[in-house]
Amino acid sequence: MYERFVEVFSHGMKNRNFVAGGIITIAFFGLALLSYVWSPHPIENINISDKLLSPNAKYLLGTDHFGRDILSMLIMGAKNSIIVAFVAIGIGLGIGVPLGLVAASQRGWTDEFIMRFNDFTLAFPSLISAIMITAIMGPGAVNSIIAIGIFNIPVFARVVRGAALNIWKKEFILAALSSGKSKTRISIEHVLPNTSSVLIVQATIQFAIGILAEAGLSYLGLGTQPPAASWGKMLNEAQTFLHFAPQLAIYPGMAIALTVLGLNLFGDGLRDVLDPKLRRNR
Amino acid sequence: MKGLKYALLSLCVAMTLLVAPSAMAAKSSFTMGIVLEPPHLDPTAGAAAAIDEMVYANVFEGLTRIDKNGAVKPALAESWDISADKKVYTFHLQKGVQFHDGSKFDAADVVFSFDRARSEKSVNAQKTLFKPIKSVEQKDANTVVVSLNQATGSFLFNMGWGDAVIVDAASADKNKSNPVGTGPFKFKKWVKGDRIELVKNDSYWGKPARLKKATFKIIPDPAAAVSAMLAGDIDAFANIPAPETMSQFKSDPRFKVVIGSTEGETILSTNNTRGPFAKLKVRQAVAHALDRKSIIDGAMFGFGTPIGTHFAPHHPAYVDLVNKFEFNIQKAKALLKEAGYPDGFEAVIKLPPPSYARRGGEIVASQLAKIGIKLEIVPVEWAQWLDQVFKKKDYDLTIVSHTEPMDIGIYARKDYYFNYDSPAFQALMKRLDATVDVQERYKIMGDAQRMISAECVNGFMFQLPKNGVWNKNVMGLWENSPVQANDLTEVYWAK
Repeated sequence: MYERFVEVFSHGMKNRNFVAGGIITIAFFGLALLSYVWSPHPIENINISDKLLSPNAKYLLGTDHFGRDILSMLIMGAKNSIIVAFVAIGIGLGIGVPLGLVAASQRGWTDEFIMRFNDFTLAFPSLISAIMITAIMGPGAVNSIIAIGIFNIPVFARVVRGAALNIWKKEFILAALSSGKSKTRISIEHVLPNTSSVLIVQATIQFAIGILAEAGLSYLGLGTQPPAASWGKMLNEAQTFLHFAPQLAIYPGMAIALTVLGLNLFGDGLRDVLDPKLRRNR
Repeated sequence: MKGLKYALLSLCVAMTLLVAPSAMAAKSSFTMGIVLEPPHLDPTAGAAAAIDEMVYANVFEGLTRIDKNGAVKPALAESWDISADKKVYTFHLQKGVQFHDGSKFDAADVVFSFDRARSEKSVNAQKTLFKPIKSVEQKDANTVVVSLNQATGSFLFNMGWGDAVIVDAASADKNKSNPVGTGPFKFKKWVKGDRIELVKNDSYWGKPARLKKATFKIIPDPAAAVSAMLAGDIDAFANIPAPETMSQFKSDPRFKVVIGSTEGETILSTNNTRGPFAKLKVRQAVAHALDRKSIIDGAMFGFGTPIGTHFAPHHPAYVDLVNKFEFNIQKAKALLKEAGYPDGFEAVIKLPPPSYARRGGEIVASQLAKIGIKLEIVPVEWAQWLDQVFKKKDYDLTIVSHTEPMDIGIYARKDYYFNYDSPAFQALMKRLDATVDVQERYKIMGDAQRMISAECVNGFMFQLPKNGVWNKNVMGLWENSPVQANDLTEVYWAK
């Protein structure tokens, strides 16, 4: 495992996307981790007399309309985005991967049933279905996690099934079958490890989509609720200030754009690095 | 190629010529932005302010009306006589008045309207206005005699409310979707979720409206409201939902900014029977913990007058009780301790959509957190708010602006959503109803204000301002809101 990691890393260092995306992603995770031990100002502290200040020594990025420190809000927002996206991917992986593996190993009616159901779920644009789910279950961070998680399920199921079908054709699987291993055991012991690279790449991309979705839901007031901070909510609150305090919208907007860009670059780079065929071509 | 160029150029010129005259003559139509879409358009069958804000004085009229200064003026009643014991009102009606559908207005319509509002089955939101009425009788086609159980000082004012407008028996049941009144504007169409159109009533009995067409455009989103105003899509916003943009409009020469007063007491409504809030000391602690200046600065960008009771500061009977419970964290903490909550407690605050509530709620939550009361913020939509908070009384705290004029009487209603049941206050209101002398009435109003302030029924925060923004050429709009209305009868374009 360690050797594999070193190998991926050394190849990755030659890939520009991987390096650039990686740096941005690490910075983003670092900010979020930082919030657990330290943030410049507590964001629950509403201090009206300090509202709408421009950047200064006390407030590095200035303050919002409630006199809250924007930098602290961004840091807490990063933490919030990561938690939502992580748990949502967990839901997608936890349910989607087994479904995909079952579909690939059983084929026939089971496969048909799972994949058509998948198609049905995918037919709804992901953000729209997330809005629908939060509208039914009520707004809130937990419900938005569930909503984003649900639309991750078919994505992972489909990716895993595709990769697994290829692996099921390999000779070593035949060998495992002839030695009497059950399909379930083969799926877990042989197929799953060999799909891990596609899964990691897909997870990175879904992570970016999850962050966007969380921002979108919070922007609409369906996601994270006050007083917790969220980039989407910051954007929403900045709307009416756009003409005279544009920085309120620019900071969270840049944070979202940079993070998503970083994650996408990282995902692209990771795919190139993990896929030996692609690597050779470059 | 050259030919094409000329063809295009001449087309442009032709277009300009075509468009120009219509642009010059377009000044008889007027578009006003409003935040809330009314649930229906019958002011006699709903509490929503949005109904009155559209049809009052424009489509429907009552016997009397309230003008822009809050004074009572004759409307469908040309004049009236009051008996010596102040119990019998004889209204002389305007002659030659027609409803929009062409049917004639006479005394029978008044009797019908009042009996309908007073009846058992009445769905009128302000039935208390009609409570003092003993009988309504038609003397002749143009005279109505209203007898009261007791002298009621504010009777003429009450009959000027939107809830007391005169409707026609034939069309009354359809007023919710197709309002038929006697006003200077006729209802034309309602595009749900977008706009409501009124057109001039050419057979109006009184001074005709100067506009030919008036449109109310529904824009619930503050950011969209600001952009629509800046883009010139709408001509006026009687109360723009984004106070933070006032300075921006002020510096723009295209607009006139008028900060007026409303009857909207913005309060931290408290469920007086729920958990810790049932204790007077807890409510007093909350009152001491509220920093009104921060709330007004943060939620309203400085627009708004602090209040210490449920009464409009511009009313002559207003008593300034703002400093009765001054902002004092130490006192608040001590009171909480005495009430048996030294470490505070947890509660839920439900916030309706307007920015004064959503923003104010966040500020209140942070202020109460300082004395240990941890509030969970639950944003709700209006429909949910009306159902959960107003009807089912399922709430601890909420923030809302009570925009009805002279509404201190709601504290005497036992089943009102405050759950405040005070026989002393109810007796006081009974006495107020029975008093006609103005100075005496003011004295009782003062006592009433002191009583609810002392008992901290609700957290009294500020009087909602009317942040009016309109095109500088628009004349005749109301600067203040003495009643819930957007009276367009005198609106015109200066050029």
